[in-house]
This record gives sequence, structure tokens and C-alpha cells, in this order.
Amino acid sequence: MKIKELADIVSRDPRFTSGHRMCGGCATPIIVKSVLASTRKPVVVASATGCLEVASTIYPYTSWDVPWIHSAFENAASTISGVEAAYNALKRKGKLKGEIKFVAFGGDGGTYDIGLQALSGALERGHDFVYVCYDNEAYMNTGGQRSSATPFGASATTEPAGKVKPGKEAWRKDLVRICAAHDIPYVAQASVSNLVDLTDKAAKAFEAHGPAVVVVLSTCPTLWGTKPSMTIETARLAVDSCFWPLYEISEGLYKLSYRPAKKIPVAEFMRNQSRFKHLFMPGNEHVIGHIQRRVDEEWVKLLSLCGEKE
Amino acid sequence: MSGLEKKCKKKMVPLTGNYAIAAAMRQINPDVVAAYPITPQSAIVEQFARFVANGIVDTEMVRVESEHSAMSACIGASLSGARAMTATCSAGLALMWEMLGVASGLRCPIVMPVANRALSAPINIHCDHSDSMGARDFGWVQIYSESAQEAYENVFLALKLAEHPDVQLPVMVCEDGFITSHCVQNVELHDDAVMKRFVGERKPEHSLLDLKNPITVGAIELQDYFFETKRQQEEAMGHALKAYLKVGADLSRVTGSKYPYFDSYGLEGAEAVIVTMSSAAGTTKAVVDRLRHDGKKVGLLKLRLFRPFPYEQVRDALRKAKCVGVLERSFSFGAYAPLFSEVRNSLYEAGKKPKLQSYVFGLGGRDLLESDVEEAFKELLAGKTTGGMEYKGLR
Repeated sequence: MKIKELADIVSRDPRFTSGHRMCGGCATPIIVKSVLASTRKPVVVASATGCLEVASTIYPYTSWDVPWIHSAFENAASTISGVEAAYNALKRKGKLKGEIKFVAFGGDGGTYDIGLQALSGALERGHDFVYVCYDNEAYMNTGGQRSSATPFGASATTEPAGKVKPGKEAWRKDLVRICAAHDIPYVAQASVSNLVDLTDKAAKAFEAHGPAVVVVLSTCPTLWGTKPSMTIETARLAVDSCFWPLYEISEGLYKLSYRPAKKIPVAEFMRNQSRFKHLFMPGNEHVIGHIQRRVDEEWVKLLSLCGEKE
Repeated sequence: MSGLEKKCKKKMVPLTGNYAIAAAMRQINPDVVAAYPITPQSAIVEQFARFVANGIVDTEMVRVESEHSAMSACIGASLSGARAMTATCSAGLALMWEMLGVASGLRCPIVMPVANRALSAPINIHCDHSDSMGARDFGWVQIYSESAQEAYENVFLALKLAEHPDVQLPVMVCEDGFITSHCVQNVELHDDAVMKRFVGERKPEHSLLDLKNPITVGAIELQDYFFETKRQQEEAMGHALKAYLKVGADLSRVTGSKYPYFDSYGLEGAEAVIVTMSSAAGTTKAVVDRLRHDGKKVGLLKLRLFRPFPYEQVRDALRKAKCVGVLERSFSFGAYAPLFSEVRNSLYEAGKKPKLQSYVFGLGGRDLLESDVEEAFKELLAGKTTGGMEYKGLR
């Protein structure tokens, strides 16, 4: 899909409408609209508890003009499993006609952490659905507590930077490869900065026969401390520094989606964010150095998996 | 046809409680079963899986990775207009805790057999009611079964009650773990076609799969709406109390059994009454028979419907007794035991109240002996109450 076509669809698409109460500059509504724009088939949506759910369905209002369900935090994948099972049963019994696509949206807390078991179960069982993780790298709905997606060195409210601690002391979990280990047809990593790539991936995910997962970096101006106008640019720095590479694993085959013309230092991505502010104080240079080394190592590993030369 | 001939014509089959429940599920042929195995419930799921494997039912079976996901998937399926069922007990029910409240809050008519088993710790796989009693305030209707026959028929009762337009609430059908779930009893299975006709089709008012009328389910409600929604849920429980008898009467026409709130066994003119639920009622009946034969005025109130609780009816049934003992299989730590608490509540408005005694027995599957029940009756006949909790079968 070309960006103009995407813009056209998004501007006319009533399935997820404005009027929701996501923060100014939040990347998640952009991600949701782009994902929905990537299929013309009818969709039923499930959301995990989180920013998207809380801000888009404050009773008696809803931003959703498609069937939408939220049941709890850790179970978007098992909830949509039940919806998909009902669809299969009712279709088999002749009570339902036509094709429906199923998509679940969860934040990183509801996916990497508390929802990982439900997701793993749904992937193993092979339900035909798409799971989109909008990853803003912490529990942003509740004020920025650390998750297993929070980057090393970031300050989170439950693992803050202090006099003796540099913020989060563990590397973030690799959700893409965890999902790929379930041997599902399609897994991809995408970013709000590259919307054409995101919609291509979402389209492939919808067309895959079986479960598909797309993990999307979702800038959080409110708790990353970035300007709302810098949402796309911040995510672009994550991609161009290879902190957040864009790639897919289709039928087990790794493919790099984008290679930065010039790989920028990861500090460029981190510099304007309040959650990394402490790392730019004197004495913390080694932490940034550590992050840079690890990002470089991961990038080399990924290139090799994708059959690309360094 | 004489009564005996009728009895002989009945299709009696030797079945465990679990297999009897699985037979009911086969006859219902739900759209979706999402379940996770746990002792002593497993045989329900295993037997149903055989029905699926052999094409006897055309249910979509979701073999989830946990009970939390079992209930989550049932909720998703139920809100998609499907008939959804699961089964569990003990730790599995505890793992579902969060989703139990969601199922009732989102008004999902899910039916869930529970093979009552003790909650950890210490870990124990045998029967008591700490699991379902712990879930008594989650907005589920709870029906308790004395026998495999009752468990079998209660599944149908539960289904039609859950789907009743005035109710739309999930229902648990409890049977005693091992005692009922694993004991082979003679069960009369009703005709497949008759039961199929009885359960009919589910006709949901709303469905997630209705693309023309998209709904938002599970929205956030804050100070401005939450209270009203929960009050509607409480109202539905009131409707369930009425609908229970109506659905029971309908089912009665098919099965010939009766489905009152409770069974009265020798209650007429009884001075000493034991109130209990589930399999303990069988033991108690044997003792009532013997003591009645000896001229002792004893009786049994076997409660079937615990949620919603039939306060008025229990009060009317017990008010004339001199002494009532409540025999139950769970604690409510630091408070009156759950069933005793409700019986005591029932009697508050009675002008002349019987004396009351709380007995706890059989935790972790310890047998209830006839001698335990007889001893309790003797204490009650003598008007001996202690004001506290007493135990039967405790060393």
C-alpha cells in the first residue's frame, strides 16, 4: 500500500473513530487505524486492558464501529480464541455466513508479561487471528511501571533510576522470537514511524492461515517525555539506530524489512526522552556504552538470521 | 403401567457423576467447550473429548493452557452467541476467579460443572466445598447435586436457567469430587431427542459476530454508570430465583424429577433438622430413616440452590423445628461457615426461632459417617447447642 492510499483509507475509515481519549501524540491510535486499514474484510476486535481499551470505550461512548470485546488484562489472546472458536462452530452449523477476521490488541504489559501464557496457548492451538502488540515499553496506562519490554537503563516507576541504580537492569524480552518459536505462519516487528511497512505486515498477518503476531513500537509522549509532535520522529530514531529493527519471520524465514542508510548511535534515540535522562549525567556513560554494544550485537545477529551481510 | 414397570422401562446406566455430566454435555452439544483438566474433574473433559474425536458432537473444543483462559475463551464464545461450557474445580476454579466475575458482569450464560475439591494449602485432591463456596459472591448461580442423576439433570436446568431472558447469568453445577464424580451409580439417561428438544437453540439478543450491529462489550464504566450496571446484575439474581422454579417445572415435565430450592426429607413435624448439601444428604437420609423408625422426630433439608439463596422458603421450612444443625464442608475463616451463615440469616425474621448449631465436616474428603450424623441428631434432639462451630469426624 502507498502512503497516500493509506492516508485516504484512514481518513474515511469509521471503524476506529476520533473522539477517543488517548493522550495527544500517542502512537497507538495511528497503529490501530493502520492495522485496520490493511484489511477490507470484516473484523472483530479484542483488546486487553490497557491504554487503548480504557481510552476508547468509556461508557456510554465507544470509538469502535466494529464488534469489540474487552474482558481482562492478561487474556486478549484467549478471549479472541473463544470468539474465533464460536465463529468456527456457528459457521460449521450453518448459522453464520461470510468471512470474518479476528484481531487482538494488547500493550506490552498485557503481552510480554501477564498475557504471555494466554498468547502462547493461542499461538500453539493455531487459532486464525492476528495479535498486535502496541509496545510503549512500560505500563503507561497506570503511570509507567516497568514491564519486561522496558529497555535496559530506562527509568520506570517501579524500577527508577536512583543514586545507586541506573534504572532497569535487565534487557528487554524478545517477543518476536518467542512468538516465532511457536512455529506460527507470520511474526513481524514494525514501528509507527514506518506506516507503509506496518500496513504491509498487518496485511500479511491477516492473510496468514493461522496465528500471526505483529509487535509495533508505540511512542508514548506522556511517559517517554517526548513532544507530541515528535512521536513519529522518535520512533524513527529507534529504527535508524537499530534499537528497533524492522523485520519479519514468514513461514520461519527471517527477512529484514528496512536497513538504515546510516546506522545512528542509540544515544540519538535516547537523548530527548525523560526516561533516559539520567543516563546522560556524568558517570553513566558506561550504561549507554553497554546498551550500544548490546544493540550492535543484536543487529549483527539479526543480519545473519536474515541472510544479510554486515 | 405399574410404577415398577415404569422403573424397569427406564434406561438405567451405570455412570460416574463425571460421565453423567459428560452425557448431558453430549446431549446439549454446545457450540464451544473450552476446558483444562484438573482432578477430579478431568474425566468430564476427557469423555467429552472422545465425543468430539468420534464426531458424536460437533462442538468446537478449545484445549486451553489454563483455567483462566478456559473462562476467557468461554466469555468470548458466549458473547459471540455461542453456547459455551467448561468444567473445573479447586485450584482451577481459583485460577478462574477474576474471570468468574467478568462472566457474570458481562452477563454470559455459561454453564460450568464443578467437581468440588478442597483448595490448597495443604494440597489435597479430595472433596470439600471450599472452592465453590469461595466463589459464592461472584454473581454465579450455584446448584448443588446429591447424586450423579442430579448432576446430570442439573446441567440441563443450569443451561435453560442461564439462558432465560430475565436471567442471562452463568451457572455452576456442583457435584462432590470423587464421592459423586468418581462413584458409579445407576443413572437414568433421558432420550437424546427429547433432551435436544428441551435445550433448543440459543437465541442471543446481541452477538459479537453480528457485523451489521456492532457492539462494544466490556467497556470501562466509572462512577457514573458502574453502580447501575452492578445493580442490574443483582436484579438478575432475583429473577434467577423465580426462573429456577419455572425452568425446573419445564424440565420436570421431561424428566419426571422435581427441582425445588431444597428437598424436604422428613421435615414434617421434625424437631431436630439437619441442613446440608450434596452427597452428605444421602448419608443423612439413611440416618433420618433409622431414627424416624425409632420414633425420633428428625428431618433433613437438602439445599439444591445456594445462589441465589432462597431465604424465605428456608425460613418457612425451618421455623417450626426446635433445633437445626447445619452440616457443611467448608469454612469461612474467621466468620460463620457459609451455609450456616445463610441459614442463620434466613431465620432472623422468624418470630419463633429454632436453636441453631454449626457443624463443619469432611474437609479434604474425610468421610462423613452415619454415626457422625446420628450423633449430631442426638445433640440437636437434646437441644444441645454450643454457640460456636462444632466438628464431625475431626480427630
